[in-house]
Amino acid sequence: MSMPFYVAPEQQMKDRADYARKGIARGRSVIVIDYADGILFVAENRSQALHKVSEIYDRIGFAAVGRYNEFENLRIAGIRHADFRGYSYDRSDVTGRALANAYAQLLGTIFSSGGEKPYEVELIVAELGETPETDQIYRLTYDGSVQDEDHYAVMGGSADAIAQTLEEQYATGLGLAAAVQLAVRALESDGAEPRQLGVGSLEVAILDRRRTQPRKFRRIVGPRLAELLAGSAEGTQP
Amino acid sequence: MSDYRDHAGLSSTFLRAGTSSFTEFVSLIAPQTLPGARVASGALGTGSAAHLTAHATTILALCYQGGVVMAGDRRATAGNMIAQNDIQKVFAADEQSLIGIAGAAGIGIELIGLFQLELEHYEKIEGAPLSTIGKANRLSTILRQNLGLAMQGLAAVPLFAGWDDAEGRGRIFSYDPVGGRYEERAYHAIGSGSIFARGSVKKLYRDDFTAEEAVLAALQGLYDAAEDDSATGGPDLARRIYPVVWTASLDGAERIGDDRVGEFIDQIVAGRRTRPDGPAAPVL
Repeated sequence: MSMPFYVAPEQQMKDRADYARKGIARGRSVIVIDYADGILFVAENRSQALHKVSEIYDRIGFAAVGRYNEFENLRIAGIRHADFRGYSYDRSDVTGRALANAYAQLLGTIFSSGGEKPYEVELIVAELGETPETDQIYRLTYDGSVQDEDHYAVMGGSADAIAQTLEEQYATGLGLAAAVQLAVRALESDGAEPRQLGVGSLEVAILDRRRTQPRKFRRIVGPRLAELLAGSAEGTQP
Repeated sequence: MSDYRDHAGLSSTFLRAGTSSFTEFVSLIAPQTLPGARVASGALGTGSAAHLTAHATTILALCYQGGVVMAGDRRATAGNMIAQNDIQKVFAADEQSLIGIAGAAGIGIELIGLFQLELEHYEKIEGAPLSTIGKANRLSTILRQNLGLAMQGLAAVPLFAGWDDAEGRGRIFSYDPVGGRYEERAYHAIGSGSIFARGSVKKLYRDDFTAEEAVLAALQGLYDAAEDDSATGGPDLARRIYPVVWTASLDGAERIGDDRVGEFIDQIVAGRRTRPDGPAAPVL
């Protein structure tokens, strides 16, 4: 009978973390940032069909980086979790915190189980409050740790460089156009060769507090996005 | 299931690829919470259970140029008693379509909630809404699961209407308790007062109606139904309880405010002071 090599738990966890981090670092970044009337999601994404940003529930949005099949699975699980909770109790009982907890439990269990490879993903769960002060942005990493972020969060390969730009230039109460431009500027400043991100390479969505319907999530595409990028429009209709 | 993730809130069923349907998903994780499950468990026994819930009555839908309107009275009855005088029986199914319910009120409201969730769930998972006919078919499936209850006197029958983006017109679908789906042309009514409502609208309907005219015709139809069917409530002028009216058009589903409906009702009542039977259609 052959004996498996002994690997110290510290080493095992470190290897798994390195593995997950490497996978995540390969991907383009995503920014979630609050603005005067809601929460803005901006992802560098050349695909118009494979989304990194999605609606989960009335006031809850989701963003992810890393391995597509894994975060897509998590996204669907999140929608199921939220919808089932809303069905069992009430729409107002579906919270971003509960969802962030469920994700954290799942990612943490998988990361430390040893039975399967860790997920190569990072997630953001953002919940729109009644006022800007009550907005919540939770950032979850591959090992199940959760951070409650103020005002903005960045994930992906060059998160540190991008967060630096945001830290320098962020101000509370930005208009939508200003917030979109800031996010795009930050994504462009990721340390790689300088480039211009246009409508075709961005995925943009908002949780819009001014929307009267219960579902606040809206994608911003095409001409409307171009308008915001050009900067003239502080319009009211996203 | 003895999956270790069961303790984590998101069991492996949540992560399994496959269905975009909420009811199918719930039937995997908590089938006892679905409306149809009660009959399967045999909890109801035999015999009629119709007296256990109130009865919802007349719903009317008609198409106009650029949309479709749906209106319902506010009465729910229990035998010869009025169970509720301000019940809401017409709802937005999603942001482009409407649903109204007649029959067993408790079951109907539950079916509507499930149907709304079914459409929203699909739209979120797939990233695009179902086609109008796809929504109508989905409603059939949900209704079919209720057949057991229908057999025990708890039949609830919906009326579905929506703006079809692909075809550029409003569409109306009616159902029977076994889940049969029938597309209606121009207008349709369901519920105990539907015979009178349909007769009334039949004489008023024109296919070049504006939205406003369509709403007025629907309110006239409900008024006529309330005059001849004791289970259909007329407008309650003293309490300002008026029919619930929704429209669905290119701009989405929108409820017409009670103030606006009140103005229409005032016009109708004023007209009926001079001609109590309502507007007359020419004989030729």
